[in-house]
Amino acid sequence: MIRVLRNQAWVLGLVGLLFALALVTKAIQPTYSASGFESLARAALPFAFATAGMAVAILVGGIDLSVASMMAVASVTAAVLMEGAGVGTSIGVVFLVLGIGLAMGAINGALIVVTKVPDIVVTLAMLYVWEGVALLILNAPGGQVAPWLQQLIRGSVLPWVPNALILAVVGVAIVWVPIRRSKLGLAIYAVGSDPLAAYRSGVNIAGTRIAAYAICGLFSAMGGLTLAMSTGIGEPIPGPYLLAAVAAAVLGGVVLGGGIGGLVGPLLAVLILRLVRQDLTLASVDPNVTTIVEGTIMVGVVMLGGILALRSRRS
Amino acid sequence: MTPQPVLDASGVAKRFGAVTALSDAALTVHAGEVVALMGANGAGKSTFVKILTGALKRDAGTVRIDGTDSTISSPAAARRAGIVPVYQEPALIPDLTVRDNLRLGDTPVDPFLHWTRELGIESLDLSETAGRLPLATLRILDLARALAAEPKVLMLDEMTAALPTNLVERVLKTVRYQADNGIAVIYISHRFTEIAQLCDRASVLRDGHTVGDVPIEPGVEDRIVEMMLGTALTSSEPAPRGAEARPAGKPRLRARGLAAGTALEDVSFDLHPGEVLGVVALEGQGQDELFDILAGFRPADRGTLEVDGAPRRFRHPADAIAAGLTYVPGDRAHALLAGRSVRENIALPLTARMGRWGPIGMRAEAEKVAAAIERLQIDTRAQGEVQRLSGGNQQKVTIGRWLAKGVETLLLFDPTRGIDVRTKGQIYPLVRELADQGAAVLFYTSELEEVRRACDRAVVIFKGRVVEVIEAAEATDERLMRAAYGLQTSEGAA
Amino acid sequence: MSALARIGRFLGDNPVIPLLILLALLVGVLEFMRPGILNERWIGNTVKFAIPLAMLAACQTFTMYTGGIDLSAGVVATVSAFVMATLVPVVGTGPAILLALIPALLIGLVNGIGVAFANVHPLIMSLGTGLIGTGCLQVYQRFVIATGSEVPPFLTWLGTGVTWGFPNSLLIFVPFAALLIYAQSRTGFGRALYAIGSNKEAARLSGVRAWQVYLLLYTLSGLVAGIAGLLYVGLIRAPSLSLVNPLLLPSVAAAVIGGTSIFGGRGSYAGTIVGALILRVLDTLLTLMRMPEGMRVLLFGLIILVVTAIYVRLTDR
Repeated sequence: MIRVLRNQAWVLGLVGLLFALALVTKAIQPTYSASGFESLARAALPFAFATAGMAVAILVGGIDLSVASMMAVASVTAAVLMEGAGVGTSIGVVFLVLGIGLAMGAINGALIVVTKVPDIVVTLAMLYVWEGVALLILNAPGGQVAPWLQQLIRGSVLPWVPNALILAVVGVAIVWVPIRRSKLGLAIYAVGSDPLAAYRSGVNIAGTRIAAYAICGLFSAMGGLTLAMSTGIGEPIPGPYLLAAVAAAVLGGVVLGGGIGGLVGPLLAVLILRLVRQDLTLASVDPNVTTIVEGTIMVGVVMLGGILALRSRRS
Repeated sequence: MTPQPVLDASGVAKRFGAVTALSDAALTVHAGEVVALMGANGAGKSTFVKILTGALKRDAGTVRIDGTDSTISSPAAARRAGIVPVYQEPALIPDLTVRDNLRLGDTPVDPFLHWTRELGIESLDLSETAGRLPLATLRILDLARALAAEPKVLMLDEMTAALPTNLVERVLKTVRYQADNGIAVIYISHRFTEIAQLCDRASVLRDGHTVGDVPIEPGVEDRIVEMMLGTALTSSEPAPRGAEARPAGKPRLRARGLAAGTALEDVSFDLHPGEVLGVVALEGQGQDELFDILAGFRPADRGTLEVDGAPRRFRHPADAIAAGLTYVPGDRAHALLAGRSVRENIALPLTARMGRWGPIGMRAEAEKVAAAIERLQIDTRAQGEVQRLSGGNQQKVTIGRWLAKGVETLLLFDPTRGIDVRTKGQIYPLVRELADQGAAVLFYTSELEEVRRACDRAVVIFKGRVVEVIEAAEATDERLMRAAYGLQTSEGAA
Repeated sequence: MSALARIGRFLGDNPVIPLLILLALLVGVLEFMRPGILNERWIGNTVKFAIPLAMLAACQTFTMYTGGIDLSAGVVATVSAFVMATLVPVVGTGPAILLALIPALLIGLVNGIGVAFANVHPLIMSLGTGLIGTGCLQVYQRFVIATGSEVPPFLTWLGTGVTWGFPNSLLIFVPFAALLIYAQSRTGFGRALYAIGSNKEAARLSGVRAWQVYLLLYTLSGLVAGIAGLLYVGLIRAPSLSLVNPLLLPSVAAAVIGGTSIFGGRGSYAGTIVGALILRVLDTLLTLMRMPEGMRVLLFGLIILVVTAIYVRLTDR
C-alpha cells in the first residue's frame, strides 16, 4: 500500500491540485456550470491526445517534436476527404487518418532507429517534413469535417460528464491499456529506463522504439482529428501543441529521459492547465497573464520536483 | 573419442574500423566444465564475450553449438541457443519491478526464487523496483535469472567484482555444483583465487588471439601470467618498508570517528606524508562512504577530519581538491571524459576552479600534461579520445590528471580493478615513488596481495569500524582475511 | 572500409571541412540554377541573414556542449528587440539597448538557476521560461501601446548596412565568433562546458562546480540571445511579438548540422556558423525552385535529417 502511494504520489498530488482548482473555480464563479466544463473539456481534447502521444515518446526515452505537425496532417487529411462525404465514408476516413498517424509515427521511429540521429533532431526535421506534407494537402485552412463528427464532441451524456472528456479517456485507454499490460508496454518502459539492460534482456530495442513512436503518431492523429472536429475545418499550420504537450507531460510526472511515469498524470495535467486558464479568464484577469501563470506553474512544479528529488537523495 | 563440446568457437575475428580487436580467438567448452577466459586488458576478452553472447557480430570464424554452426545474431538468439550471460553491470531494468523484469525476459518465477534462496538471498519482494535494491543483491538476481533460464552455457563476466566475500563463496559453490550437474560455464575474472577454486581449465587470449589452454593446477598462475604477457614475469615488487621507516611528524590527514549513513560507524586513522596506507575491507563495510567523505562527495555525519592540523569539512570535491585531497575512483567510467582528448582529461583539474576559467596558458599546460604522460607511460597513439584507449591506459589518465595538478594526498579506490597485469606492475612503483616524494596515499584495495606490494601498513575496516592496523610485512592473506571478517587474529590483536 | 573509417575519423576531428564542402556544393547548385546570382549583393544578403541565426545558434551550441539546450533563446531575442524598440522613443537609443538586455539576462539567469539548483532538464526549464517571457511581453505590450516603437538608425545601419561590400553586422559578428571559438577550446570555462557534457560526474570529481558553470552559461546564453534579437530587429526593422521565434528551431538545426552533439561533450562553434550559412543558402535554393510552400518546408526538414544522418554515419565510432 505504502509502495502504491509512493509510486503514485505524483498522480495523487495532481488529483489534489485538481480538486483545489475545482473549489477555486466554484469560489470565483458560483454559477459555474456543467456547460462551462463542457467547453473546457472540448478545448482540452486535442491537447490531451497531443500530450498522451508526447508522453509515450518520452517514456521510451525520446521526445517527439513533430507531434503538432502530425496533428496538422491528420486534420487536413480528414477535412479534405470528408468534405461532402456521407457517414459511411467519413467513418472510413477516420480509420484511414488513424492509420496515417500510426504510419507517420512509425516513420519517425524508423528514421531514429536507422539513422542513429538523436530523437530530438530527427523529430525536429520531421516537424518540417510533416508540416510540409500538411501544406501540400491543403495550403490554406479549408475542407470540412463530417457534421456528425462535429456533433460527437459537443454536449454531455451526463451533467458534468461531457462527451469530449469521455472521448479523451476512452480514446487514450483503448490504445494504451492493452499495450501497458502487454510485453510491449514493459518493453517501452525498459527501453526508456536502460536500453543496454533491455537489449540484454532480449528486448527488441529498435522494434520497441518504432512501436512507441507509432503510438505517439496514433495519438497525434487522434489529436488532429478532434481538433478538426471542434473547428469543423482542416488547418495545415501546426497549432501551439508542441510546447504545451511537453509541459503537460512533464507536469504529469513523466520524467524526461524515459522509463518513469504514465498517461494518467499527463491527462490530469492537461485538465489542470486548462482549468487554470479558464479560472483566470473567469476572474477577468488579462488573458495574457494566463500564459505567464501557466509558464510559472510549469517552471515552479518542475523546480519543486527537482529540489525534492535532490533532498530525498541526500537524506 | 571425446564427447562433443557444447560450445566450440574457432578463428573468431572482429575489427572496429582500423583497430583489430580479435584476430583468431578460440574457445571450447564441454558440458560439466568450468573454463576461465583470461587475458590482459585489451587482449580482446570483452569483444570475444560480446560475440559469443550475441551482443556483437563477428567478422569471421565459426561458432558451433552442440556441433551445429550458429550465427548468434542477437542476445535473444544466444539465449535461445542456451548461452546465457551475466555481465559486469547489473542487467535488470532499474525502473521496473523485479516481477516485471522477469516477465520481460520470460524468466519463470519459481525457479528464479529457488535460485535466489540457493544463492543466499533470504527474502525478496518481487514488487520492489529493481533500482532500489542494493548492488550486490542485483548481481545475485542476475545470476539467479540466468540459472532459471536453464542455460547450456553460463557465461559469467567479472560477476563477483561487486560482491562481498560471503556471497562470492556462495556463488562459486553454486556455479561449481551446476557445472558438476552438466552445464558448461565460461568464467571471466582477474582473481586467481576464484579461478583456482572454481575452474577446470583456463583459455588465455593475447592481442586478439588465443595463445593457449591450460588445466588449472597448483602453481599455474605464473604460467598464465606468462601467457598473458607473452614474456616471463619479472618481479618488480618493491620491498615494503618496516615500521621504523615510516615518516614521523605531523600527519597530513587525521580522521577521528568518521561516520556516515548506515555503513560507516567510526573510523579513525592518521595518514603521514610519505606513507602508503592500505585500506582493506569486505564489500560494503563503509569504505565507499569513507572515500566519499575524504573526496568531498558527501559530508560526514559525525567525526572530524583534519588536513595538516586544520579541521576540514568538504561540501564538494572542489573543497577536497583545494585541501590537496585528490581522488581516483574504482570505476573509470566515473572519472573520464570519454569523448574528449587525453590532454583535456589530464588538464581538467588545472582549470576547474571558477577563478581559472579565463584563458589557458597553452604551453604551460602542454608541458604539464606531457610530463604526466611521460611519467605514467601512457600509450597516446589514440589520444584524440580517451575512449579509444585500453582500460589500463584509461586508468593511467585518471591518475595522470592528479600528477599534472600536483599530488599531496592521493586517494586511490581499488585503482587496479579490472586492469591488466602489466599496468598493475607500473602502478605500484609509481605509488611508491609518489610517497617517497612526500605524497600521502590512501589505497583501498580488494586484492589482499596489494597490501604487501604497495602499502606500508593497512587499516582493516569491518562493519564501519577499524578493527586492526597491520604492517605490510606482517600482512599475510590469512591475517588480513581474518581481520576483514571481524575475527580475532591468531597472534592476538593489537 | 578502413579507408572510409579513416575519412570518418578525419571528418570527425575536423567537422568543418565537409560542411564547407556541402556549403560550396549548395552555392554551386544555386549558381547553376540561376547563373549570375552569385554576386556581392546576394552574398551580403545571405551573410546578413545568417548572422542573427548564427548568434542565436551560439546559445544552442554552447548549452549543447553541456548536454543542454536553450529553447527560450527565440523568445529572449524577441523580448529584447521589442523592449528596445518601444523604449527608444522614451529614453533614447543607448539606454534603451542597455535596458533591453536586462530581461534577456534575467531569463537566462532563471534558466541557470533552475538547471543549477533544481536539477531541472534545460529543455523543460527554457521551455517554461520561454512561455513566461512570451506572456510578460504580451502584458508589457499593453502598457506601451501608446508610446509606439522605433528601431534606432544605429541598429538599422548595423543590421542592413553594407560597407565596402561587407555587411556591417560583421563588425559585431567577427569579434563575437572569434571570441567564442577561442573561448570554447582555450579557456577554463570552455573546458568546463565540454567536461560537464562529456561526463558530469568526472567533472565534479575534478573539481568543477557544475552550478557555477550552468549559472554563467545560461545567463550568457540569455545575453547572446538578447544581442541577436537587437541585431535581427535592425535587419527586419519592424518589431513584433513573435519577431525572432521562427528562428528558434533553425538555430537548433544550425548547431546540429554544424556537428554539435545534442548529448554534450562534442562540437564546435565554427561548425555552427557554417551550419547557419547552409540553412540560409538552402532557404534561397528552395525559394528559387518555385515550389509550393509545402514542398519547400518538407525539403528543408528532409535535408536537415539527411545532413545530420550522413554526419552521424561518418563519425560513428
